[in-house]
Amino acid sequence: MTGVRVAGVGLTEFGEHAGRTGRDLFAEAANVALRDAGVDRERVEQLNYGNFMGALAERQSHQAPLMAEAAGLHCPATRYEEACASAGVAVREAVRAVRAGEVDVAVAGGMERMTNLSTERVTESLAVAADELFEVRAGVTFPGAYALMARRYFDRFGGDQTDLAHVASKNHTHALDNEYAQYQREVSVEETLDAPTVASPLGLFDACPVTDGASALVLVSEAAAERHDLTAPVAITGTGQGSDRAALQDRETIAETPAARRAAEAAYDDAGITADDVAVAEVHDCFTIAEVFALESLGLYEPGEAVGAARRGETTRDGELPVNLSGGLKAKGHPVGATGGSQIAELTRLLRGDHPNSEWVSDAEVGVTHNAGGTVASAVVHVLEVAG
Amino acid sequence: MSDGAPGGDAGYDEWADALAEDGYYLSCPAGHGSLPPRRVCPECGDDSLSETPLPATGEVVSFSEVHVAPPDFAEQTPYVTAVVEFGPVRLTGIVRGLDADEVEIRTQVGVDVTRNEATRNRLVVFRPR
Repeated sequence: MTGVRVAGVGLTEFGEHAGRTGRDLFAEAANVALRDAGVDRERVEQLNYGNFMGALAERQSHQAPLMAEAAGLHCPATRYEEACASAGVAVREAVRAVRAGEVDVAVAGGMERMTNLSTERVTESLAVAADELFEVRAGVTFPGAYALMARRYFDRFGGDQTDLAHVASKNHTHALDNEYAQYQREVSVEETLDAPTVASPLGLFDACPVTDGASALVLVSEAAAERHDLTAPVAITGTGQGSDRAALQDRETIAETPAARRAAEAAYDDAGITADDVAVAEVHDCFTIAEVFALESLGLYEPGEAVGAARRGETTRDGELPVNLSGGLKAKGHPVGATGGSQIAELTRLLRGDHPNSEWVSDAEVGVTHNAGGTVASAVVHVLEVAG
Repeated sequence: MSDGAPGGDAGYDEWADALAEDGYYLSCPAGHGSLPPRRVCPECGDDSLSETPLPATGEVVSFSEVHVAPPDFAEQTPYVTAVVEFGPVRLTGIVRGLDADEVEIRTQVGVDVTRNEATRNRLVVFRPR
């Protein structure tokens, strides 16, 4: 089995790109990634593309060939849809294709266009990631679902809204210097606590914003990296995926996210590492409570222990384990179908030393990304290592 | 749309309608509970599923007062959504007859069914007991 290197990463700025089409956003990210990699377009043998709500936002399904065309690629192209983990699975399947020796060079990433919809329509479009019969028709929204999980977590383990406000504040601070972030501004704990309620106990600043954006990675086999003399110091050494029952009501527990735990165990096993080896993490904080679930599922904290991690200063940029140095979904933004690719792009930049926040993790050798779909009925975890 | 999705959702529709009376869930020989439509038990795969009466009283597992809702629920905000445990199954619905500050985890409620006025879809509701 050949190793997989990240040869290039590309992102659009995350935020509101009024009037820009999805195909234009993805073309930009792919272009940046290919230039970063120094790989000729003709060498790309496969495009794995993540997108969640294109049929609702742009009345456009069957997007993958369209995106290949926009990026100037001439290769088989497939769209992956796993709600907010769409790009995560797109990357994972590209990693598997390279490892299997089927392709030497793949582009993987994703795109979401969201801000052209009203808040009500976005809420409706995101809700379809839940179980239509048993959740959507019962009035469960995406924030509402995480609110149900948060309240159950508080009841079982303790923790409160102030703990979560520290997660929001931390991630906003991390985003200050990130040129791709939607919100490069501080948000205080007090501001977060004072924000209007979206779904109790979660307020507006517990939630990630609505975002347009795209991400792209150029993934190559180690052999191809050597053959073409590519600078690709970061390797994807582990990939894992987990699933759970779609509806919260059908899960064994809603105070934990077992699908992510399974994904993490598989990814660590694949990479031959343990949670103790992880020095930096980019996790799926679509809501502040989601970062707590992520850290516990990744085995970086025991169940019930992660809720106070940001408040204690352990996951801040100067803490023992910096989490979401990109700003996370919370401050960097969450273009749903692009996020899984963006996390790997950011972690790659952090590890190779060209991220504005690289200075905080200059000794880090191993990092993880955690990308979750819906209320973590799907989860994808990747292990990235500095390979030299 | 007068009856949920065009053509209906067989299994679900009958299950939801029955909540107006006693209600039921599906149980397999091993005692796993599930909700229709089901061909097999999602836990063990057994295809011998039988309709079993739903306990009259359930216990709130979690709840949230929703302030920002999609168009289908915009007329009802704020509303309290809850997951409630009835024996081996849990149901999700909207709490009626209790304000948000009157609901707690472990509050006892009964279940009923009504219609969402905006869509005419069946709507699972919980009421105080």
